[in-house]
Amino acid sequence: MSSNRNIEPLWWALFSAGGVVAAFLVPIHIFLFGFAVPLGWIPDSGSLFRHGLVKIYLFVLITLPLYHWAHRFHFTLNDMRLGLPRKPLAILCYGGAVVGTVVTLWVLLRI
Amino acid sequence: MNGTTVRPDISKLYHPKMPATWWLKKPAYLLFMLRELSSVFIAAFLIVFLIQISQLTKGAEAYAAFAQRLSSPAWIVFHIVALLFALLHSVTWFQSTAVVLPLRLGERELPRNLVLVLNIGAWIAASVVILILFLALRG
Repeated sequence: MSSNRNIEPLWWALFSAGGVVAAFLVPIHIFLFGFAVPLGWIPDSGSLFRHGLVKIYLFVLITLPLYHWAHRFHFTLNDMRLGLPRKPLAILCYGGAVVGTVVTLWVLLRI
Repeated sequence: MNGTTVRPDISKLYHPKMPATWWLKKPAYLLFMLRELSSVFIAAFLIVFLIQISQLTKGAEAYAAFAQRLSSPAWIVFHIVALLFALLHSVTWFQSTAVVLPLRLGERELPRNLVLVLNIGAWIAASVVILILFLALRG
């Protein structure tokens, strides 16, 4: 447990950074890539995503809200009193965000 | 006291019994739960977005084909729901920012509603900039 407590501020920092990214940037991306591109309002070949600066932006955009999810999901499931085991749930949530970060990095380096 | 805080052992604390449906009892609790749930839909959208980007490893045709698949009614419904949850997150996040990080002008604290309006203004400005950049730079 002691190691968990030492890195807890890190999870909080990632949670709030992810909350800011999600609040300011996610809605316009849902509009663009959930509606505008699929429905042909704005044609796109995806070539912009191969630019180095855009990859750094995408890394921030995709990974930080995953930590936001992990934190909220973990605490909400605890609050719901479903009787789920606390520690495995934490490992699943924060571990999921870490796996998502690695996969995102891997995808962005390969395109 | 040496100044360090000692946390109580969670297992030794008193936990009042609550039914698993406590959050259905009041509209405010339900709104809290919907706000928490927003993070699930935001993460789900970002994973779909990442899958779309990953199609580029197979070429521009695979990317276009995936975008085409997202035009089906089921995916449009998914994105409508995701967008509504994302908007709920944005507004509630700006509201809590106004409380947690109050803005000061000299000695005076700016009214929370003004901080909220400033946040929403910055959000709209950022969205317009991203839209313009995407329109200008997309291939």
